[in-house]
Amino acid sequence: MAKKALSIIATAYRATLEEQDDTIVWLTHALKGAGAELDVLLRGNAVNYAVKGQDASGLAFGERRQTRPPRIDEDVAKLIPKGVKVFIVEDDLRERGLERGDLIAGVEPIGRGQLPRLLGQYEQVWHW
Amino acid sequence: MAERKTLTFAIMDAPYESARSTTALRLIDLAVRRGHNVNVFAYEGAVSVPFAKQTPHPNAVHGRDVAEEDHPNPKDWVQGVMEEAARRGGKVDWVQCGLCVDERGVVESIPGTRRGSPADFWKFVQESDNTLVIPTR
Repeated sequence: MAKKALSIIATAYRATLEEQDDTIVWLTHALKGAGAELDVLLRGNAVNYAVKGQDASGLAFGERRQTRPPRIDEDVAKLIPKGVKVFIVEDDLRERGLERGDLIAGVEPIGRGQLPRLLGQYEQVWHW
Repeated sequence: MAERKTLTFAIMDAPYESARSTTALRLIDLAVRRGHNVNVFAYEGAVSVPFAKQTPHPNAVHGRDVAEEDHPNPKDWVQGVMEEAARRGGKVDWVQCGLCVDERGVVESIPGTRRGSPADFWKFVQESDNTLVIPTR
């Protein structure tokens, strides 16, 4: 039986303008496409990835304009119909003044106290 | 326009690794748009920012081919700020730390950049109105 992995994303907005996405969200899509069984946990500053309505457009250097800015909330949302569960640490949301109503549909809030139980459900835990 | 000033930036981050390299270029872009001259000392990983062999790629995860993805390469952003400076009668003097270039094998940089050393950074500092260091973390 295939191993199941939980991918914890903690570092947010790392070169996302240059990459036009988040590299670990992107990697999750790519791995899922390759047949991997994995879920995602957003923690720390990366909880902001689930906030709906983000707009990174408008970047320009001289006359060179970015035409495809990152849409990270949409990229995270697209994981869910592929069968990737997206958990989010509710304590980290609260500390940043974010509420459940700020989030895209389908993400699953989880308290810090519940994390050991969640991590125990996976053969692999990757902390990015 | 207000008096043209000369600003020096020392940057360290490699492209595609953090938000700092984009932030640095945004600050440089703003400075040249306001008509100021800019010096850049690219140190350590930052010597890869204007590397000429950067290549746009398609993105299967996004479902877009090369043209649709329009993937940005920082070398083009550097070129953009240089062109903007020239349009406004200013200049961007971009110095690549030569030893940093050699150890990374990123010798081919876009036109308008030049090879140098920490001595160039010190010279920049002496000749500038101010210097901003944006280090890696």
